[in-house]
Amino acid sequence: MDNKFLKDFPIFQGNDIVYFDNAATTQRPKQVTEAIIDFYEKSNANPMRGLYDWSIKATEAYEEAREVVCEFINAQESAEIVFTRNATESLNLVAYSYGLSNVKEGDEIVISIMEHHSNMLPWQMVCEKNGAKLVYLEPDAEGIITDEEIAAKIGPRTKIVSVGHTSNVLGITNQVKKLAAAAHKVGAVMVADGAQSTPHQKVDVKDLDVDFYAFSGHKLLGPMGIGVLYGKKKLLEEMQPFLYGGEMIDKVTRFDAIYAEVPHKFEAGTVNAAGAVGLKAAIEYVKKVGFDFIAEREESIVKRIMEGMKEIPYVTVYGNSDYKKHSGIITFNIEGCHPHDVADIMNEEHVDIRAGHHCAQPLMEFLGVSNTARASVYFYNTIEEADRFLAAVAKVRGFMGYKD
Amino acid sequence: MDLKSLYREIVNEHNLHPAHKYNIVDATMVHEGVNPSCGDDINLQLKVDENGIITDGSFMGSGCAVSQASCDMMLDIVIGKTREEAIRYADIFDAMIKGTAKPEEIEELDEAAALEDVSHMPARVKCALLGWRTLKEILIEGKNEGSGSAKHCDIK
Repeated sequence: MDNKFLKDFPIFQGNDIVYFDNAATTQRPKQVTEAIIDFYEKSNANPMRGLYDWSIKATEAYEEAREVVCEFINAQESAEIVFTRNATESLNLVAYSYGLSNVKEGDEIVISIMEHHSNMLPWQMVCEKNGAKLVYLEPDAEGIITDEEIAAKIGPRTKIVSVGHTSNVLGITNQVKKLAAAAHKVGAVMVADGAQSTPHQKVDVKDLDVDFYAFSGHKLLGPMGIGVLYGKKKLLEEMQPFLYGGEMIDKVTRFDAIYAEVPHKFEAGTVNAAGAVGLKAAIEYVKKVGFDFIAEREESIVKRIMEGMKEIPYVTVYGNSDYKKHSGIITFNIEGCHPHDVADIMNEEHVDIRAGHHCAQPLMEFLGVSNTARASVYFYNTIEEADRFLAAVAKVRGFMGYKD
Repeated sequence: MDLKSLYREIVNEHNLHPAHKYNIVDATMVHEGVNPSCGDDINLQLKVDENGIITDGSFMGSGCAVSQASCDMMLDIVIGKTREEAIRYADIFDAMIKGTAKPEEIEELDEAAALEDVSHMPARVKCALLGWRTLKEILIEGKNEGSGSAKHCDIK
């Protein structure tokens, strides 16, 4: 399988590494790193406040990136796009600035058991501080949160529903639109963690009707250290700031301050303009590749892997039985082999995968395992790599001394 | 030194057929050691008599081959030894993994010397040290969550 995009990724040149840890972070095409270098070499200055040309250029570059993100997820206006460090910070922002002020004793926050810790611990914190209850949506055996489960868990006491759009372990894409409708029906707000969905499918925050949506740049070909929080403007305007400091005010006196308009109210301190510029280049690259191609490529690789895994004894694959519902993620275990050993042995074959609890320990417990191995693919991977992956999986037990 | 030599027979044998993986009902010291980076947890159980001699030792829990084999080989060494002798072996093992032990010291570790190459594998250092670190926590820091019973370590 040829891949015309591979040539854009310097890290893949001159080696035979099969990089199957894309759910942790993707690789970057040279268009992204060049955009960052270009920013620092041609328009670097502290954005937002300078009155000279370089600072004006830096501000423009930063705000252009906001426009690109706005259009990418179909937000109403760019004021609804807050730049953060990553999805984790975006979710913490919502928990601290919205959650702590709007959730009272006896209220409920609904999340799912398949959440990444970053969409779990902030809500545990809000519940603990305000005396609210954390309620868990649980999927069925195929990894699906059913309509009955939604109806049973979202009710009159629910104030916030926060669910991962796509699970970083099961790869399943949750029915965020349906969850948002259920949340709104009882007057709750809907938060979605889009860390694993934005790289793989077209996200339309208006169509999903989410109130908040979080994602990271680095899982989407962008640089580390830049993330996004989308929030409906009315909600963002009503919320208190998350971090306080420079560049987020209109006026400061000895004892109080008037905060800047959104989104700047939530962007205290010198912003990561180069990161935003890199994210803009990444989004442009993803759009050039196209979500149709991304889905087609990922599905063909996941199909090959899931079919191949059935032929290898002692292997269990978690999640939905339909390869189309994995969003590039295959989580598995090999009987008698600890995932840490599996990943280490596969590294020997130059196949890079993840092992551990994937920051989803309650989900591991729900699945009845202490940890798992995970392969996650992106559009630059190939069928040949899938075959090398399968060959490496087949070798693991022998490597560990099993005589089968 | 590559991974194939780490997973050679000694490590695989101790992982697949550990000699000391069982519960000691009358253990005098029980302590859980955890390696949060990979989810390994080892429940180390020791029986230490009034003269400070480790008369029996075992472990339960789940972990990668390196952590399990390392713990099993550790118990081969320290059972029958005094508290002070066991701590000395733990120090030698630490030094071996850090790459600072002398060859004659490493020889004293017997089969556990097979893990010397871990000193060049940063991702596996914590796995190899888990059992030994847990042993030191018991013997030096006096950590003990359940003398006389092994309630923390139902078979997994």
